[in-house]
Amino acid sequence: MTLLRLEQVTRSVQLPDASPLEILKGVDLEVNVGDHVSIVGRSGSGKSTLLNLLGLLDNPTSGAIFFDDEPVRQLRSGARDRKRGADIGFIFQQFNLLPGRTALENVVTPLLYAPGDQFWRRKRLASEMLERVGLGSRMDSMPDKLSGGEQQRVAIARALVRRPRLILADEPTGALDIETGASVMALLDEVAEQSGAALITITHDANVAALARRHYRLDSGVLSPVNVARVLEMAAPEVTL
Amino acid sequence: MSRFFAGLVGAFVEAWAELRIHRTRVLLSLIGVAVAVAAITAVVGVAGIAEQAQRESFEQAGRPASLYISAYDDITGTVDAAAFGQAFDTAIDRYKIEYSSRNGYGATRVQFPDGAAEVQLITTDVDSAVIHRTTVDQGSWFIDSDENRLAPAVILNYGMWERLGSPDLRTHPTIEMLGDATTIAVVVGVMPKQQWEEDYYEMRMLYSAWERTASPIEIENSTPQYEVWVPPEMSEELTELLRRDIAGALGEGVTVDIGRLDFEGQQGGEDPLLPFKLVVGGVAGLVLFLGALSLVNISLVTVKQRIREIGIRRSFGATAGRVFFAVMMESIVGTLVAGVVGVIVAVFVVSNPWILEQVSGGNLQDIPPFPIEAAILGLIAAVAVGALAGLLPALVAVRVKVIDAIRY
Repeated sequence: MTLLRLEQVTRSVQLPDASPLEILKGVDLEVNVGDHVSIVGRSGSGKSTLLNLLGLLDNPTSGAIFFDDEPVRQLRSGARDRKRGADIGFIFQQFNLLPGRTALENVVTPLLYAPGDQFWRRKRLASEMLERVGLGSRMDSMPDKLSGGEQQRVAIARALVRRPRLILADEPTGALDIETGASVMALLDEVAEQSGAALITITHDANVAALARRHYRLDSGVLSPVNVARVLEMAAPEVTL
Repeated sequence: MSRFFAGLVGAFVEAWAELRIHRTRVLLSLIGVAVAVAAITAVVGVAGIAEQAQRESFEQAGRPASLYISAYDDITGTVDAAAFGQAFDTAIDRYKIEYSSRNGYGATRVQFPDGAAEVQLITTDVDSAVIHRTTVDQGSWFIDSDENRLAPAVILNYGMWERLGSPDLRTHPTIEMLGDATTIAVVVGVMPKQQWEEDYYEMRMLYSAWERTASPIEIENSTPQYEVWVPPEMSEELTELLRRDIAGALGEGVTVDIGRLDFEGQQGGEDPLLPFKLVVGGVAGLVLFLGALSLVNISLVTVKQRIREIGIRRSFGATAGRVFFAVMMESIVGTLVAGVVGVIVAVFVVSNPWILEQVSGGNLQDIPPFPIEAAILGLIAAVAVGALAGLLPALVAVRVKVIDAIRY
C-alpha cells in the first residue's frame, strides 16, 4: 500500500536578479507502508529541499505529492500541520532535543499537539517509548547529561511516540561515532519495523544508507535509484558523498 | 470538542513549561514589567492622594457646591439683618439644606499680657468647618453646645495664641475682649500656623455668641453673609429657588446675590486639577512605555534564540496558530503575574503612612482608599504590554521556515 508518492516534483527558487534556480528536477518516488528507503547525496544536492517536501513542510513548484493517495496541496495549512504531527516523525542530525527539558519532557512534546486520548496519556506513552529505546532509567536526565547516542535515542523515542507511519531521519548518525551510529541505526530500524512505519533515511553515509531496502541517490536535484552494491562503492573515501 | 479542549490545555501546559524552564530569563524580563506596573499604579495612587490633598486645600474656600448668599437694598445698600436671617432660615428649612453658616467680619480689642491690641474677629457657625474643611491645630472646632456658654468660646489664630504665651488649652485659658464692657471668652481651639500671619491676630467666635455680646447698633449695622453647602448637581436649581424665596421675603428693591464659593464653581467648568492629572498621566505613561519597550526587546531577542525550538515544535505538528497562541500566552501570562506583583507592591507603597504624610503634607481629612481604578489600570496595562510584547515575537515565530529554523 502506497503511503507517500511524489510525481514529477520540481522545486525552484527565484533568486534576485537571476533566473529561477531549480533545486529538484522531476522527482518521482513511491514509499510504501513499512518501507525503508535511503537517499544519499552531496551537500547542495537538494536533500534539505526534498526533506521539506517529504515532511509536508513545503509545496513543490510543480508536480504532485500524495499522502495516503490524497494530494497534499489540497490540505490547508493547519490540516497539513496536524497530519505531519500525526503521521510523520522527524529525527535530526543534531538530535534537536529541547534544552532545559528532561528526556521524558522531550518525548512528551509531540503529544502536546495530539488530540484527545494521546494528549491525556502523554506521560505514560512517553515513558513506555523511552523504556522501549532502553532509556527507562534516564527519563529525568537533561539532554546535556546524556551521551550522543542516548540523545539520539531520546530523539528516536520522540519521533515515534505518536506512532507515525513515516519516519524521516535526516543524517541520523551524523553527530555520532561509527559504533554508536551503528547501534542507533539498528535500534531505529528495529523500532520502525516493529511499528510498521516507513523509514526514509537521508544521509551522506553510505554505510547507513546500505541498511535500507531501497536506495536512491540525489544528484543535482535528480533522484535516481541505485543498487546496494553501488551504494557501498560510494563508501570508499574518494567517492564519499 | 475533546480535540479543542486538549489543544487548549496543551497550549497552557506548553506556555507554563516555557515559563518554568526559562524562569530566570522570564523573571529578569518581567521585573521590568512588574516595576513599570508598580510605578504606574503607585503614581496613579499617589496622585490620587496628592489630588485629594490639593482638593482639600482648594475646598478650604468651600466644598463643591458652596453658595454664598448676600442681600442689599438697591438704594440704601443695607437690608434688615433680622428679616434677612428669617428669610434665609425659612428657605433652608424648606429645601432641607443640611449645612449652612453665617459669617461676619469685624474687629475687637483684646488684652494681651503685654498690652491691648486690635484683633480681627470672624463670626461664624458650627457648620462652617464642614463647608470649608476647616481644621484646628489644637483643641477643637466649635460644637453646638458652645452656643449656650455664658463665656463665649473662641478659636485663635496661631500668632495670637503665641502672644498669649501659648497656654495649654486643657487649662481652659481665657481672654478679655475689651469694649464698653469686658467680655471673658474661653479659648477652645487654635488654628494651624500660617506663614503669612506674622504679627496678625485673628479669632473666631460663634455668630450667636457674638450677637449676645455685641451692642444693638453693631448688630444692626452688620449684615452677615450666609453660606450653604448643597449637592453640586442641585446647585443651579437651588440658587434660583433660594434667590426667588429670599428676595420674595425681603420685598421689592432688594437684590439677592447668590454665587459659588468653591473652586469648581469658579473655574468656568474647567477642572483645576487637569494640568496635574495630565503631568501625572504623562509620567505614568512614559514609565509604562519604557517597561513595554524593554519587554518587547527581550521578547524579540528571546524568540530569535528560540527559532530552532519553534522549528522543532512545528515539525512535530504544532500549527502556526498554536505557536502564535503559545508565544502570546507566555507573554500575557507572564506579564499578568508581573502585573499582579506590581499592583501588590504599589498597594504597599501607597498605603505606607510615611509616604501618605509626605504626599499630603500630613493634614489630609479624608484619606482616599487605594484607587481600585489604578490597580485595574495597572493590570490592563500589564496585559496590554504582554499582548504587544508577545505579538511581534509571535508573528516572527509563525513565519519561521521549519527546516531552516531547525538548522538555525
